[in-house]
Amino acid sequence: MVDFRLNDKPVSVDVPDGTRLLWVLREHLKLMGTKYGCGVAQCGACMVHVDGAPAFSCQVPIETLRGKSVTTIEGLSPDGRHPVQRAWLAERVPQCGYCQSGQIMNAAALLARNPRPTRAEIVDHMSANLCRCGTYQRIVRAIERASREG
Amino acid sequence: MAPYIEGRHGSAGAPHVTRREFMVGAAGLTFGFLLPGCAAVATPEKGATLATSTGNAPAFSPWVSIATDGTVYIQSPAAEMGQGSLTSLPLIIAEELDADWAKVRVVPAPPDDKVYGNPGFGGVMYTAGSNAVRSYFQPLRVFGAQVRRVLLDNAARRWGVAVSELTTEPGVVVHAKSGRRLGYGEIAAFAEIPAKAPAITPEELKKPEAFRLIGKDVMRVDLPGKVDGTARYSIDVEVPGMLYGAILRAPVEDSAPVDVDEATARAVPGVMRIVRLPFGVGVIAQTPWAAFAAKDALKVTWDHKAPGWGFDSDQALERYAAAARDLKTAGKPWGKAGDAAAAMGTAATVIEAEYRCDYAYHAQMEPLNSTAAVSPAGDACEVWVGSQGQTMAVAAVAKALGIPAERVHLHNTLLGGGFGRRGHRDEEFVVDSVLLSKEVRRPVKLMWTREDDVRNGRFRPMSAHFVRAGLDQSGRIIAWQHRLACDWVTPYMDPVRYRGILRENDVIAVAGTELATYEIPNRLAEQLGQQTGIRTSPLRGIGFVANKFATEAFLDEIAARRRLDPVALRLELLENAPRAQEVVIAAIEMSDYRRTRPGRSLGFAFVDYSNTMVAGVAEVSIDRATGVIRVHHFWCAIDPGIAVQPDNIVAQTESSIVYGLGLALTERISVKDGVVQQSNFFDYRVPRLRDVPEMHVKLMPTANPPTGVGQMATPLVAPAIAAAVRAATGAKLTHTPFLPERVLAAMRA
Repeated sequence: MVDFRLNDKPVSVDVPDGTRLLWVLREHLKLMGTKYGCGVAQCGACMVHVDGAPAFSCQVPIETLRGKSVTTIEGLSPDGRHPVQRAWLAERVPQCGYCQSGQIMNAAALLARNPRPTRAEIVDHMSANLCRCGTYQRIVRAIERASREG
Repeated sequence: MAPYIEGRHGSAGAPHVTRREFMVGAAGLTFGFLLPGCAAVATPEKGATLATSTGNAPAFSPWVSIATDGTVYIQSPAAEMGQGSLTSLPLIIAEELDADWAKVRVVPAPPDDKVYGNPGFGGVMYTAGSNAVRSYFQPLRVFGAQVRRVLLDNAARRWGVAVSELTTEPGVVVHAKSGRRLGYGEIAAFAEIPAKAPAITPEELKKPEAFRLIGKDVMRVDLPGKVDGTARYSIDVEVPGMLYGAILRAPVEDSAPVDVDEATARAVPGVMRIVRLPFGVGVIAQTPWAAFAAKDALKVTWDHKAPGWGFDSDQALERYAAAARDLKTAGKPWGKAGDAAAAMGTAATVIEAEYRCDYAYHAQMEPLNSTAAVSPAGDACEVWVGSQGQTMAVAAVAKALGIPAERVHLHNTLLGGGFGRRGHRDEEFVVDSVLLSKEVRRPVKLMWTREDDVRNGRFRPMSAHFVRAGLDQSGRIIAWQHRLACDWVTPYMDPVRYRGILRENDVIAVAGTELATYEIPNRLAEQLGQQTGIRTSPLRGIGFVANKFATEAFLDEIAARRRLDPVALRLELLENAPRAQEVVIAAIEMSDYRRTRPGRSLGFAFVDYSNTMVAGVAEVSIDRATGVIRVHHFWCAIDPGIAVQPDNIVAQTESSIVYGLGLALTERISVKDGVVQQSNFFDYRVPRLRDVPEMHVKLMPTANPPTGVGQMATPLVAPAIAAAVRAATGAKLTHTPFLPERVLAAMRA
């Protein structure tokens, strides 16, 4: 049994040690916003926050989360109106949308740590996430907008 | 309030249930429409009777239902994989219907070719080829206008006035003389629908200046759910009692398992069943991690009867190149004009060059997956999948189970990317889930891992291009020959379409060789199809990507021989194509093409992609020590005719450029002894944010019918980069992707 906080609520899960957070979120806790893309920390579709820092949930063994706090796209804001989410709609970022939960979580983590990132800092930070639809330019614009409009 | 997708927030079964509910509950008007032929049929039922129409290929399905509360439900026949036509198609109906967009609800259409089939694909529901808006535009406009006319006629009868005195505002019929108004929902409460649909002439359709929705950038209906985690893809489906499946597929097509050592796999906790399949070995487990672990633990030997064993892509490409150069062997002709052979014989100069392209992989972000629930008796099946071909998926499931298509109930979800991978006639990843569910008669969610998705990928073919041009004394091109040696694609990915409407032309492979827009009087393109046993597929940009690389790079070669500016040569060849000239000139102007910039160089390319005109300029720098190319800017001008959703066209063009960048620079699948050598994103490198240039897209809509926008810029990228590298270094890049070692070799040559 592993106890941790998930989207500001305590949660207990009973899965074998070594099971990755991604699959626990999706198939055990039924939070489907976090996506499977590669399983090897290459694409970032699975990104969540662990104690506020971005993490590839496909790499996080469940037992390492004892006492920690996890935030997923479902818990980023109560109403889907986090500044990053609003900026993502204003800039019409998503296309197929599959990678966007991970993109948004990573962008939110960046802005939480660095509210006024430079273009170079955005590019560097967000290069962890793949988007096969190539929405990258709009991702940059949306982060700059979220930074501006907070 | 913004329109939304029915069922977006619901469980997996919601789209179907919701649809039935609105049929039962709306008590409004239901309009049907039969494609092709634009023959609208209005059904006199008030909606309720259609409630019995489930996904089981209803005899009659509505395109539009108007509820008495004024809500307008519009079915969208397109699969949504990021391109936006889930929104654009209903928008076209809503425009002519003069619907209040805030009251529109978009409903994914059930699988029924007779009602929803794409006229551009012989009436099959198939979302591909940037073809949805292009093919549905005119029939949907006419249909929207017919629905509006029925509402007007009913209002005229109710008020006892001539219909000519009536107009509409969004969602309301207005009689200006008396100041009376009737909402569409109010009319729905009493309306009678004629047995025969009213005739609408093209002149009666809205003039572009009267458009309220087309060209106005409405919010795509799928976007809100894509920023808050609620968008549902097939991988997110939950069905009560569901198990999880994985399949170890044979690495080489048409191979079967011989010996299966399943002891280790069986010992994985949670594993329930190991299933022998004709093409692999399946695992059914209680959890996805158990299914994946057991699949990885299987030890299988395969029979080696299939032709793909022994295939080596490096060696094969040499054979393709030899076949392309062997002028004694004629290829299958395509894009013939005049008499290329005769004209070549009279040419003052003949120029020849060879180009090559490697296999490429789709890399849609959502690995292939499907969930199936075969009934206990095995005589029916429910399927949840994101397919580019809804009715093809139904047919494939029915065939796999030996049941009628009416017994298959499909829920087509959002697709986490398509790019051509999810529209093969056999829909193999859908059948995977059905075969496993059939074993246990319980719902099974079947997921391919990323490694499965790469290793069992179906690829853009490998190709060698031998291109020849005959020039007259003045240097004008009088003869053109493009000999394309590549794996067959269409016969493999869709034999039905290949033998049917394509008349045995491998259009997926040869498209883009035809050069119809350039003023070259004698042309011959030939395909030398290669039987290899390697799995192939349409991939974004299809044949255009490889073929336009060859033809545009070859034009640069010809320009160099003539000591002519590459753009000047294009303008000469486009002298009778004013739309093409416009985008060329725009791309030149926006990139300030004539300005030299230290350490960087520019390259140009033009493509007429199914009547969408695109021109692009790349600004690149080359690290001469490492051979690494960096693209700093990409300018693109695009004329797609009428722009239905302008900002989305810009987004699709940016997307196309990024896709083209990967194919040009880094993306490569190689095959040894029939086995794919790559497995994940660390060895199949797609562009990241840091790799992407600043993109500058100029949308240049014209009053022409809308053409496609989903992939048109992709073929521009490789030739534009090659031209820029040539301008800077003189090196001729002839083989995509432009890997650093290839760039270094070209610079040494």
